[in-house]
Amino acid sequence: MSDNLHQLTLKKAIEIASKQSAQPILKTLTERIKVLNPRINAFLRFDPEKIFLPSPAPYPLPLSGVPISIKDNICIQGRQTTCASKILAGHVSPYDATVIEKLKNAGAAIFGQCNMDEFAFGSSSETSAFGIVRNPWDLERVPGGSSGGSAAAVAADMAIAALGSDTGGSIRQPASFCGVVGLKPTYGRVSRYGLIAFGSSFDQIGSITKTVEDSAILLNVLAGHDHRDSTSANEPVPDYTQALKRDVRGLKIGLPAEYFVNGLDPEVAKSVQAAAETFKKLGAEIKSVSLPHTQYAVAVYYIVAVAEASSNLGRFDGVEYGLRVPAKDLREMYFETRDQGFGQEAKRRILLGTFVLSAGYYEAYYLKGQKVRTLIRQDFERAFKEADLLLCPTAPTAAFKIGEKMEDPLAMYLSDIFTIPVNLAGIPAISIPCGFTSSNLPIGMQLMARPFDEETLFRAAFTFEQESELYKRKPNL
Amino acid sequence: MAFDIEKIAELARLNLKPEEKKKLEKDLEAILSYVEQLSTLDTSKVEPTSHVLNIENVFRKDEVKPAQVRDEALKHAPLVDGKFFKVPKVVEKE
Repeated sequence: MSDNLHQLTLKKAIEIASKQSAQPILKTLTERIKVLNPRINAFLRFDPEKIFLPSPAPYPLPLSGVPISIKDNICIQGRQTTCASKILAGHVSPYDATVIEKLKNAGAAIFGQCNMDEFAFGSSSETSAFGIVRNPWDLERVPGGSSGGSAAAVAADMAIAALGSDTGGSIRQPASFCGVVGLKPTYGRVSRYGLIAFGSSFDQIGSITKTVEDSAILLNVLAGHDHRDSTSANEPVPDYTQALKRDVRGLKIGLPAEYFVNGLDPEVAKSVQAAAETFKKLGAEIKSVSLPHTQYAVAVYYIVAVAEASSNLGRFDGVEYGLRVPAKDLREMYFETRDQGFGQEAKRRILLGTFVLSAGYYEAYYLKGQKVRTLIRQDFERAFKEADLLLCPTAPTAAFKIGEKMEDPLAMYLSDIFTIPVNLAGIPAISIPCGFTSSNLPIGMQLMARPFDEETLFRAAFTFEQESELYKRKPNL
Repeated sequence: MAFDIEKIAELARLNLKPEEKKKLEKDLEAILSYVEQLSTLDTSKVEPTSHVLNIENVFRKDEVKPAQVRDEALKHAPLVDGKFFKVPKVVEKE
């Protein structure tokens, strides 16, 4: 058994660790990371010497010392937090994000920081300043992004579970590409305090796990109001594990017609249609719904999210933290620091965001974008009057080749076409594996729910997962 | 769409290398022409989204609380002078 400790689900790892110790699990993962990380580059940093295990064993705390890995845009006190950017290289966070505090209080060992697209700007984890991440299912392909390191680490059994962040699909799309479970909770469900901001009206911390049950266990720990994040919601937190019932009878599941159109890979379409059939067989009611403004979602996102990003990244100026490029005066220092510190995609988004907010263009772009965002939210409100959940592919294709979309930013942005609307509306969604392509690449499907109805997401996702047993399939490494 | 990259880069406090300027300009023009499609929608009667969940303003008491963060924050600054962040001299551009 001890040889397979890295394969444990979070649930099983807690069981074992609570009886004995999490130390053997930590040791096994460390060995595995040493072997695999040079090939996959999922971790930017992991230092087993610095792992704090709560003592004494057996641990009475819910996570029992089990290691959880963290995307490198979430602050951990006393450790480097870089957002995979040169502008923050070497930066040590002076405080813990609320989610880190919660994980520590629940007895988790904070284990390793995961690679990502620089400042979470990307859909392939190729914009990291510290090297690309590779997909464990095919090392010539991307793991998705921006939480590609978190997803690849969990898929390759280098992590038991990981945290990611999702602004336009950054948890769900990599989960889909790597064949694991990715949850983006409702906007405000989890505190963003200590998450380095990208698009503040979209950003949400969530988990990447091996199973739906693990996702529910982690949300129990992460969810809740936080006075340090005024956008966090003051809604009661249920015990999400109670929602894990293998029963979808009577559930109304809508298939949004606009998500099954051209550009969708036929194998992906077939796999998601088959999943709908499975739900039907298990007693759910499948119906067609319409989200008529879907085609505008990417355009809205690339106005509003980049506007927020350009504003949020204004703080990186070489004065208070991170990189400073010495220059003859303050002004030159700003320009040089930002030129040398930011990568191409960060610059692209800062420029675009600055433009859409600039005098004379604000109304035509930013304000227009926020109005169309209202139309997209109203689409969802109407659809959720007819259905309890919406089902669609997480991404239009399985994992694409490294380099394939790097020269064409628009093509890259369109790979998030099915995940972005969820962030525009602030609703929760989960991506779970629903099949494999003929070349053995994972296919993910996305379930979306009404605000704060993560329980129904878990119920349906759990039912499908137990029926399909796809979580048992592992990449050959 | 006339996209004045020099002006925008100036507003964004970004120096750009000549070779990247060309590429970024082309990319941004493509993205802006893609988002042009929004102008086909009539939004004259639509309220812009200000918050996805219609949360009301959140207030807290304006109280002074002791905080020990200064030394921690200064520890990671590129350059400090005592209890201050130190920056180059602020001079007028010639």
